[in-house]
Amino acid sequence: MANPILQVDHLTKRFGGIGAVYRISFDLQPGEALGIIGPNGSGKTTLVNLITGFVKPTAGRVTFRGREITNLPAYARVELGIARSFQMVRPFYNLPAFKNLIIPLFSPRVGKRVGGKSGNRDEVAMHLLEEVGFERDSQVPYKVASSLPHGYLKRLELARCLALEPELLILDELFSGMSMSEVASVLPLIEKIREQGTTIIMVEHRLRELFRIANRAIVLNFGEKIAEGKPEEVIADEQVRKAYLGSEDA
Amino acid sequence: MTITFRKERLDRGIKARSADIYALASWRELAYLLAPRMLLIGGVLAFPLLRGLVDAYWLRVMLMACTIALLALSWDLMASVGLVSLGQAMFFGIGGYITGYLSSTLKWPPFITIPIATVAGALLCATLLYPVLRLRGIYFALITLSLPQLFERIIEATKILGGTDGMSGLTPLPDITISLYVIIAVLFATFFGFRRLIDSDYGLVFKGIRDNDRSVIAAGINIYWYKAQAVFIAGLPATFAGAFMTHYNQFVGMSSFAADYSVLPLTSTVVGGIGVFAGALLGAFLLVPISEVLRAYGTLRVVIYCIALVVFVVGRPEGIFRYAQRKYHQFERPVAVEE
Ligand SMILES: Nc1ncnc2c1ncn2[C@@H]1O[C@H](COP(=O)(O)OP(=O)(O)O)[C@@H](O)[C@H]1O
Ligand SMILES: [Mg+2]
Repeated sequence: MANPILQVDHLTKRFGGIGAVYRISFDLQPGEALGIIGPNGSGKTTLVNLITGFVKPTAGRVTFRGREITNLPAYARVELGIARSFQMVRPFYNLPAFKNLIIPLFSPRVGKRVGGKSGNRDEVAMHLLEEVGFERDSQVPYKVASSLPHGYLKRLELARCLALEPELLILDELFSGMSMSEVASVLPLIEKIREQGTTIIMVEHRLRELFRIANRAIVLNFGEKIAEGKPEEVIADEQVRKAYLGSEDA
Repeated sequence: MTITFRKERLDRGIKARSADIYALASWRELAYLLAPRMLLIGGVLAFPLLRGLVDAYWLRVMLMACTIALLALSWDLMASVGLVSLGQAMFFGIGGYITGYLSSTLKWPPFITIPIATVAGALLCATLLYPVLRLRGIYFALITLSLPQLFERIIEATKILGGTDGMSGLTPLPDITISLYVIIAVLFATFFGFRRLIDSDYGLVFKGIRDNDRSVIAAGINIYWYKAQAVFIAGLPATFAGAFMTHYNQFVGMSSFAADYSVLPLTSTVVGGIGVFAGALLGAFLLVPISEVLRAYGTLRVVIYCIALVVFVVGRPEGIFRYAQRKYHQFERPVAVEE
């Protein structure tokens, strides 16, 4: 078996005594796509924050490409190739959509490759927006972010991650707040990214869409991992049905 | 049915077009756009030539206005990355003391000590502030407020660097006309340099950190390193001002850390308009002469600053510059309204 790209080892986070994530462990092989599911408040976003360094763990370790990154600041993890989207999007509201991508394109991770001239960055930014479904010939890429509908902001969030050319892409409920047709247009793009070899972690409530991408899933409930396995195994799990799917079946 | 008139404000067509320089239709339009700039720049450049016509006192007021303008530009660049400073006097004082020390001990001439004090001073300030760059808003402001006083007290208590007497008899600057042109040149260089910087992609990172630091971190950028760079760059004109005035006065003392050097730049920027460097300049060139005129009234001056600050913060937070710019680019016409 190849070396795992990401190892999460007994990761634990308590917020003032309340456990948000409790002793979670899993490995991720390069090129894999992992789904994380679980009811609201089960600790999915906290887990993402722990892996990306936006929250410091109470205990446990995170290892990326064999290097321990548990105490590395968030920006440095991005430099190593971990990019994440935020469930609650917060773009640069007073900048036009395409200018939102200039800052990631300026970052140490991709800055050199993209080139020093601001014109280059604008061009790359427009290309990325086109990829996530902003109509290039329309005015949309030039509109300030604050005037864009939520679905566009979600796709802008994806474009921001892609600008960083990640090796590990973590998407926190990217599809929530998108229309059916938006999801349908973004899904093939994520499939393409996976096929190109990018490792993906997807937190997602829409299981049908999730399992078109993910080949494996872990299930969280009250901060603990209650199941792990292939999509069909996970869905069939009795505990999972009770904790998570139960409410939908009822 | 009555017909009344109400005033309608319209943007002049040229305003929309002038974003693209090639769209200028005529020399008249070009003149329209350039006139206010040329008038202000020309006015500043011509002022030192009035020597002999106006009292030498007013040349010194001009020098002071340039000094405060440099500190105000410095303040505004720090604000662009979200660092609100109540202590620009620290930069001023440190620039002054470094040049004073070099001049009095090594006897180096001002054209060497001033550049060294400018760069070394800004570096020192950025290093000193580095540990508190994590603090935001009021917490950062409070630290900057206390630092100049801290330096004053250290100098007073330890009697280093001349103690309460300061260092005097330093090498003077050539003559006031030349001095004025030097500081004006630095002022314009800072102004145009900062404007270029903030409009570049690098400057976009500064504004990004101010508005939304989480997204900048998620883009893989070390925001503290950028804030430190911002403090260093913003520090340059401020430490220069301190070093320059030290040689002009041939003296540096604890008064270089005086609150005036913190309050006046801040007030100037607020009155002129935060976030447009032209506002900082305009504010300084309005406030400093006014404050000189009011000098006869003693501490009443401070009351006047405070009132100006309150009036502008509450009444016209956009500042004079943006207000004037808007007015200049619009015209009014009455339109009939049927009721
Ligand atoms: N910054 C925080 N401070 C305190 N509690 C938090 C914080 N972030 C998350 N929590 C708590 O941790 C638990 C898990 O939240 P979260 O990770 O957002 O769940 P999910 O993403 O699965 O909906 C919740 O009970 C939430 O209230
Ligand atoms: Mg969540």
